[in-house]
Amino acid sequence: MSDVTVHADEHVHHPFLQHQFEDLGQQHEASTLGMWVFLATEILFFGGVLMAYWIYRTIYPEAWALAGEQQNTLAGGINTLVLITSSLTMALAVRTAQLGSRRATLVFLFATMLFGATFLGIKAYEYNAHWHEGLFPGSHFTWHENPELAPKVQLFMVFYWGMTGLHALHMVIGVGLLVWIISRAWRSHFGPEYYSPVEVMGLYWHFVDIVWIFLFPFLYLIPHFGVLHG
Amino acid sequence: MTSVTYHDVQFLEPAKTRNYLNVDYGALSWLLTKDHKRIGILYMVSISVMFILGGFFALMMRLELLTPEGDLLTSDTYNKFFTLHGIIMIFFFLIPSIPAVLGNFILPIQLGAKDLAFPRINLLSWYLYMIGAFTGLLVVIIGGVDTGWTFYTPFSTQYSNTHVIGTTFGAFIVGFSSILTGLNFIVTIHRMRAPGLTWYRLPLFVWAMYATSLVQLLATPILAITLVMLMIERFIHVGIFDPALGGDPLLFQHMFWFYSHPAVYIMILPAMGVASEVVAAFTRKKIFGYTFVAYSSLAIAFLGFLVWAHHMFVAGISVYSAMIFSFLSYFVAVPSAIKVFNWTATLYKGSVSWQTPMLYILGFIGLFTMGGVTGLFLAALGLDVHVTDTYFVVAHFHYIMVGGAVMGYFAGLHYWWPKITGRMYPEWWARLGALLVFVGFNLTFFPQFILGYLGMPRRYHAYAPEFQVLNVMSTAGASILAVGYMLPLVYLLWSLRFGRKAGTNPWGAVGLEWTTSSPPPKDNFHETPVVTWEAYDYPAMLKAMGETQNV
Amino acid sequence: MADIHEAPHDVTPLPTYFFVFIALAAGTLLTWYASTINLGWANTPIALFIATTKAVLVILFFMHVIHSTRLTWVVIIASFVWLGMLFVLTFADYLTRFWAID
Repeated sequence: MSDVTVHADEHVHHPFLQHQFEDLGQQHEASTLGMWVFLATEILFFGGVLMAYWIYRTIYPEAWALAGEQQNTLAGGINTLVLITSSLTMALAVRTAQLGSRRATLVFLFATMLFGATFLGIKAYEYNAHWHEGLFPGSHFTWHENPELAPKVQLFMVFYWGMTGLHALHMVIGVGLLVWIISRAWRSHFGPEYYSPVEVMGLYWHFVDIVWIFLFPFLYLIPHFGVLHG
Repeated sequence: MTSVTYHDVQFLEPAKTRNYLNVDYGALSWLLTKDHKRIGILYMVSISVMFILGGFFALMMRLELLTPEGDLLTSDTYNKFFTLHGIIMIFFFLIPSIPAVLGNFILPIQLGAKDLAFPRINLLSWYLYMIGAFTGLLVVIIGGVDTGWTFYTPFSTQYSNTHVIGTTFGAFIVGFSSILTGLNFIVTIHRMRAPGLTWYRLPLFVWAMYATSLVQLLATPILAITLVMLMIERFIHVGIFDPALGGDPLLFQHMFWFYSHPAVYIMILPAMGVASEVVAAFTRKKIFGYTFVAYSSLAIAFLGFLVWAHHMFVAGISVYSAMIFSFLSYFVAVPSAIKVFNWTATLYKGSVSWQTPMLYILGFIGLFTMGGVTGLFLAALGLDVHVTDTYFVVAHFHYIMVGGAVMGYFAGLHYWWPKITGRMYPEWWARLGALLVFVGFNLTFFPQFILGYLGMPRRYHAYAPEFQVLNVMSTAGASILAVGYMLPLVYLLWSLRFGRKAGTNPWGAVGLEWTTSSPPPKDNFHETPVVTWEAYDYPAMLKAMGETQNV
Repeated sequence: MADIHEAPHDVTPLPTYFFVFIALAAGTLLTWYASTINLGWANTPIALFIATTKAVLVILFFMHVIHSTRLTWVVIIASFVWLGMLFVLTFADYLTRFWAID
């Protein structure tokens, strides 16, 4: 198309084609690329705190081992399965939007939201337990077993609350976005021609799932295995 | 056509003269605009306010340093002033300067696009910037902050009793604004180029903005998470970076400089892009070694990430890794030198015209080279130990950031001013301004190289009497520099009303932005342009002009 | 603009999604099981390996990267390469900080 002058007004305008784009294909490619670039920044955002976590894990293996034993592995494991299932329903929602089946899209989007809320509920239960155990860092923090390790155990808990908190914040934003996408799906905005918002929502949701896929082993399963030189 | 009816005028003229400035009116049409050009102007006004504010703090510091005694400002006030100067100039002025103002305005037009890919996100990024900037201003009003712009821990998290959380929150928010600008540019450059505009036909400003956006996207998230950890530590008094509680302050420095060293390239790469545009336009030549200049931008963006710990040579990092970082730091000089050589090779046998943008860029090339070469001194492990935390470092990074980035910004501002406003600035006054800036800058900062080498430490409000002569020179230079910066503020505002009408292409330059009217229409072009020419094809243009003159 | 229309908007078949889901669930159980037995130094790499595999599955299939443009691959790989630079160069300091200097 390089030697053809394109007039924007020659197109039949799709109601959701924004004026700066020539066609829906260009718009779709731009929005998915935009989300991927955003996710790249998210990878570095979470990656940065993960590196800090790894450095202290390398320096303080004993404290990490003690703190790791405080985690509720069962709750974390169930939450992992919940999130994976929500990723499946999200992927299916994108698929049904592509196929233009409004009712199925709504069902899968709603299921995704429900699983997301379940995850947050289980997480809240864990937070509540940790709070009452005195495992919230700061003036509230209590650790009597090995007083000399207390600051380092607290350091682990800072990372635990910080990383799961950032993840939960992303989940809350994701659920909020789902409400918006559901309302648009309800108004029959999507179809085989135009489903970019569902696709982009899916990319975000899967990314948040991936973050948890890493957080689960790091925070629940392997803190007590020491590091590198064991 | 000889007779024009009323009917013709009514229906043709408004459409012709309608541009992005007069398409609609009122404060809301600006505050809710999604037009990249108007957002560029919003940014221009906001960062100018920040520039004046940051400049005020700088001038106060220079006045204090006129005498060896700490007589004008107390040490506490002085600490706050250099901190605010640094934070305002870096986060609120330099980082957004060329990308958010000139990039926002010019980049989509250079691509032949109607707008950026995500206009609403573009507006959001300005609002985020304003929230961050207002937080910063609020901190200034309620008492300031004294950590230095680097927020080093544990001072910033445990000991400083100034408004650290407010300031870091402001920087954190502005970081998102920067990320969103970069995201918009990357997607726009990939997906919105006009038909025929291949990668190797792109103006070098676009390549530079692309490289800048890469750095913004890949470095800023690390600053964001680092500032989050800093705020958490200060807020609930835990020891992420506090050695007393098991943390490691060096980790903060690693993560901070992983952003803040590449951040220097967020400032300098766009200026290099402006330099390529201006050098080609005012020598009437193709840029020498286009692909080298283009890829050297990407090389700088990449290598800039591998050198950060040269800011930490005396901080207690492993000497082995220090050697590696010292070695890697030399590599950044290579692509920068490639650019300088290519610009000077373009000047060779060009028909150079001495307009203001060109004066600024000639200054830029010289000062950037000075800054770069002294950077090599600092990359050398042994020499760095001698001059760490002295005025040598201060002079070095001002040669890069002011001599480089600010000169580049002013060059671009003058170069594209006719396009942005439709009016020419007064050339004589502008040349005078450029001259004052160049002289004032050198008088301010060259003595600081000597001061630093002689051992005067930075960040103190008093100093040993033997340093006074050089400090007086520096302060004198700063006053000249201030006049040089105030001049454009006056004559550019003057030109909005009284400047000569610019016309479509006042410089006779090549590039899509010079094919549309000044100021451009709301959608930039009346119809989507098709690009059939190579970048900077001045020889072909001169040939064509010669032919039409012969006819 | 030649690369714009490269990505086929084709629809992933249902079985792919279900197989990926089963693999993810199995990986979760496996990583949990592996953490209950003491394998010495091997526990950490095993957990990392399983997590990475799961992430790659999600990225390739749920996020459709297997059908996406080369540019998408570049974006993803670049972000991990940059993160790798942060890790490698920072650890280069931490792991050699207390080496003896002769």
